[in-house]
Amino acid sequence: MRVMVLVKATKDSEAALMPEQKMLEDMMKFNEELVKAGVMLAGDGLQPSSKGARIQFSKGKTKVVDGPFAETKELVAGYWIWQVKSREEAIEWARRCPQPMPGDCEIEVRPLYEMDDFGEAVTPEIREQEARLRRQSAELNK
Amino acid sequence: MKATDIHRTIEAVWRIESARLIAGIARLVRDIGVAEDLAQDALVTALEQWPESGVPEKPGAWLMSVAKRRAIDRLRRGQMLERKHEQLGAELEAQHQASAPDLDAALDDDIGDDLLRLVFTACHPVLPAEARVALTLRMVGGLSTEEIARAFLVPTTTVAQRIVRAKKALADAAVPFEVPRGEDRDARLSSVLEVVYLVFNEGYSATAGDDWMRPGLIEDALRLGRILAGLAPREPEVHGLVALMEIQASRSAARVGPAGEPVLLLEQNRARWDQLLIRRGLAALERAHALGGEHGPYVLQAAIAACHARARSADETDWERIAALYATLAEVVPSPVVELNRAVAVAMANGPAAGLGLVDVLVASRALEGYHLLPSVRGDLLYKLGRLAEARAEFERAASMTHNARERELLQGRAQACDVTH
Repeated sequence: MRVMVLVKATKDSEAALMPEQKMLEDMMKFNEELVKAGVMLAGDGLQPSSKGARIQFSKGKTKVVDGPFAETKELVAGYWIWQVKSREEAIEWARRCPQPMPGDCEIEVRPLYEMDDFGEAVTPEIREQEARLRRQSAELNK
Repeated sequence: MKATDIHRTIEAVWRIESARLIAGIARLVRDIGVAEDLAQDALVTALEQWPESGVPEKPGAWLMSVAKRRAIDRLRRGQMLERKHEQLGAELEAQHQASAPDLDAALDDDIGDDLLRLVFTACHPVLPAEARVALTLRMVGGLSTEEIARAFLVPTTTVAQRIVRAKKALADAAVPFEVPRGEDRDARLSSVLEVVYLVFNEGYSATAGDDWMRPGLIEDALRLGRILAGLAPREPEVHGLVALMEIQASRSAARVGPAGEPVLLLEQNRARWDQLLIRRGLAALERAHALGGEHGPYVLQAAIAACHARARSADETDWERIAALYATLAEVVPSPVVELNRAVAVAMANGPAAGLGLVDVLVASRALEGYHLLPSVRGDLLYKLGRLAEARAEFERAASMTHNARERELLQGRAQACDVTH
């Protein structure tokens, strides 16, 4: 299974304060460990919400709201995509993460939907499309 | 925490820590079978104590110190036994003490080397392939015997026996706990890569059972491959294998239809291909090329897979390049299966008649007798040439040869289609 691991924002991350050298080094070491364990698929840090924008949808219309946004603790400052065997494994890896921000902070682990989760949601058009005659061969059998 | 929760947590800790644990202990006891037993003992201790005491802050270090203590006890017992048997004098005993391994220093060294030794030892060619697979999944992948058995649809006792026998075979052959060097290294590395790709293929095109794919095994293989790439980053073939697996796995969601039936490459909805895995695969392929590995068998196969990954639609596929890559692959590793694939690519590039010529050479050589994809490909080419009666016979033959239920249905469907299409 895959999980998205969200590092929540803090006042510091929203102010674009760079973490200390030691914290960066620890994080780099942790990332290396994730890669070597074959767990990490992707990951990035996000710039503060002041650089971002929100596109709000209402009654068929869209409205753009520029950052920064309030409710700092609900914002995201970085993410990883991990491949793990279980929710528990994701939690165990997250517990091994060096504290990502100075001061109190939080990491959130959220499983991604996998193809099995969509089993019933396939539309008749897709069914029809896929029911067309199939070509069979070694090269194509992949 | 509830008891079931803590057990799941311990399982997760085990998956993360077991390989490093076994590898670290194996360095002390020089026997991966013994090392695994000691690591398992540490796990049992954790299962007894953690539900009471809670999971320690550094569970890996905790497990390592328990296992290490057991290892030292064992080594001491071994030394005492030796002394008794040989009635060593005081002088010799002093020597023994002086030459006793510096255990802490040994364990603090880079664990990566130990892991690589573990991988090479578990995949030693002295073991049959199925034993290598079981040992590797268990020791490097952190899977339990039950999980391996479930994945391969065999009884747990079968896997357990395989592992016991494999450990014994390694001990009997006195296989050293080391990373092979020199000439030996390439052959040993291919043995490792073969094991990982075997696991992948069992997940990607299951040879038995009712399901076309088993995603758990695909993930296990990908993980093993990625671990290997971290341990041996200078080996182009390792990156080639990782690239091949990432790109093939990127199609997982697209290659199963709503009723669980296979959807073949050119019919797949490419919007459902996993772009993250494709990007990772292409990046791994680039690394392999940068290391000068263009002509490695896995790198070549990955390059072929990459041709498909880069084509936005089936019509955009660069079949000429694919045919050329297969021709190179056939030179590097001559094999009738490669030749069959080349025939398909040639048919796509230059028309079905050109492909059929190559297939008929294969039929005449009888090298692929019993391989269901031979009549399947031949049927396809005949169908495209409008020779429907012959095509039908080939599809029926192919259907009778495959062991996968889903594939059989598909082939029977194609045989029937030869009647209705004119």
